[in-house]
Amino acid sequence: MATATRTLISPVQLSRPRGRRIYRAVLALVLLGATLAFVGPLYWLATGGFKSSQELVRTPPTLFPARPGTHAFTEAWSRLGMGQLLLNTVVYAGGALLFQLVFCVAAAYSLSKLRPVLGNVILGMMLGSMMIPAAALVIPQYLTVLDLPLVHWNLQDTPWVIWLPTVANAFNIFLLKRFFDSIPDELLDAAAIDGAGPLRTLWSVVLPISRPILGVVSIFGLVAVWKDFLWPLITVPAHETLNVGVNTAATSMPQNSLIAGLFLASIPTIVLFLVFQRNIMAGLTAGSLKG
Amino acid sequence: MAVTLTRERARAARPRGARPAARRRAVARNLRAHGFLAGALLCFVLFTWYPMLREITMSFQRVHHGTTSWVGLANYRQITADPGFWDAWRNTLEFTGIALVVGFVVPFAAALVINELRHAQSYLRILVYLPVMLPPVAGILLFKYFMDPGYGLFNQVLHALHLPGSSWLAAKGTAMPSLVLVSTWGNLGSATLVYLAALQGIPGELYEAAELDGANLLQRIWHVTVPQTRLILSLMLMLQVVATMQMFTESFVLTGGGPQGATTTVVYLLYDYAFNYDKFNTAAALGVIMLLVLGCFSALYLWLERRGRED
Repeated sequence: MATATRTLISPVQLSRPRGRRIYRAVLALVLLGATLAFVGPLYWLATGGFKSSQELVRTPPTLFPARPGTHAFTEAWSRLGMGQLLLNTVVYAGGALLFQLVFCVAAAYSLSKLRPVLGNVILGMMLGSMMIPAAALVIPQYLTVLDLPLVHWNLQDTPWVIWLPTVANAFNIFLLKRFFDSIPDELLDAAAIDGAGPLRTLWSVVLPISRPILGVVSIFGLVAVWKDFLWPLITVPAHETLNVGVNTAATSMPQNSLIAGLFLASIPTIVLFLVFQRNIMAGLTAGSLKG
Repeated sequence: MAVTLTRERARAARPRGARPAARRRAVARNLRAHGFLAGALLCFVLFTWYPMLREITMSFQRVHHGTTSWVGLANYRQITADPGFWDAWRNTLEFTGIALVVGFVVPFAAALVINELRHAQSYLRILVYLPVMLPPVAGILLFKYFMDPGYGLFNQVLHALHLPGSSWLAAKGTAMPSLVLVSTWGNLGSATLVYLAALQGIPGELYEAAELDGANLLQRIWHVTVPQTRLILSLMLMLQVVATMQMFTESFVLTGGGPQGATTTVVYLLYDYAFNYDKFNTAAALGVIMLLVLGCFSALYLWLERRGRED
């Protein structure tokens, strides 16, 4: 294990017997602590549903379910209407993802490569909105979706109310534009010489090389909708998201079905994370380094 | 569409009014570019810029039996006369304060340690980020169960170690720190990974040079690590302040703003005014105050940031 990069502590210090001992102790401590702190609660979440409600409140607590049963899971599924909640959330998150990809990509492409008049002013205003605390605007946003200006549509309890506002995501546009900026103009010019219009160039030249950034934007777009609370709480009360629906039903459920329900609700994003963790980690770095 | 991009650019660079055909083409090019921009622009107008203006106008108005009238500062007077207003700000600042001490120091320390490890780095990275991927309500409700003063796991562990238990969410004094604990557990993963990425960008020679100069471990952290990551640290600090000042979900789900209003935050109060008391205009006034406070904070940050860069 020869790591080339030098960090705080020098390799020489680490290779000394004393250094090695300390390193081993720290490593063990960190692994133990982190596993307890992060996997511990998740273990409880995963096993709690197999216990009875009495067992869950027993002192001392049991590490393994005494008489494991799946009753709590079936009850949670039906009491929460989990199927419906899951479907709603998938529709919201999927649609939001699609809208974000189409409109944010188009906008970033235009700002980066087509460079319209006032483009920089528009970009500046979009980026400026990143400074606005989202929660402070909830009231006028809510009133706006109840009665959309000019057309007077009421979007409440329709998926549009989740889909459309997610497009107004300055961070996405910023990330995409920065990536598009790094694509050499010559490449696009070559496509143009071959007779491709801007749409064709976007589709067959820009998008194929932008796959990494598209992945990042997609995952964060999905997760943001999945995790949102206040906005879906007020705008889609009749077709709740998983996150909101679990909370609504929480008070009226027996302890073990509730924990089972929480576990079921956590599976989709955890699986998504474990599958795409590489892209997600890369995205965190891409989004942050240049701020 | 045989017009090539290169030629378009060459034309655009030429002085204005060169030829009508060129101008027509420039107009067409601009129209097309704005066409690509239109969808996102419309969404920004509808859901960010227009609501912002509307919040400001709303805050000076009131609706009475369907008719809107201007009332000057009445909404602002009403909201500031509510003792809950000052409590909410105090609670929010308390949450932000504790959340910063914990949520800023812990991820940085975690990143420092993980970066030194030669083993299990990717395992630890996945570990700290797992809670970030949970639906927040799932993590929050799980902690509600852990924090039960009677059968909760936390108190049982404390008792097993012969330590006194805590009332956690049930008492005025401990409710807010408990919320910080939940929120930090759920969110520290992203900050940790960002710091980790920043740490990996520090050139190793700097540490070597510092070591040759006789700097010990703490001095190396203070004189190399911190200055090298200063930009990202200060940016994260600002983002974290803005995010924690908007805390809502944790109080809403765990405590309902209680006990005795101890966890009612500003956003919670805003929600109450709008959706429980049906006073949207007063809520809008509170929203404007929030915008102003956080706007001032952002401006201060930018100013300090610029001064720091000039030094």
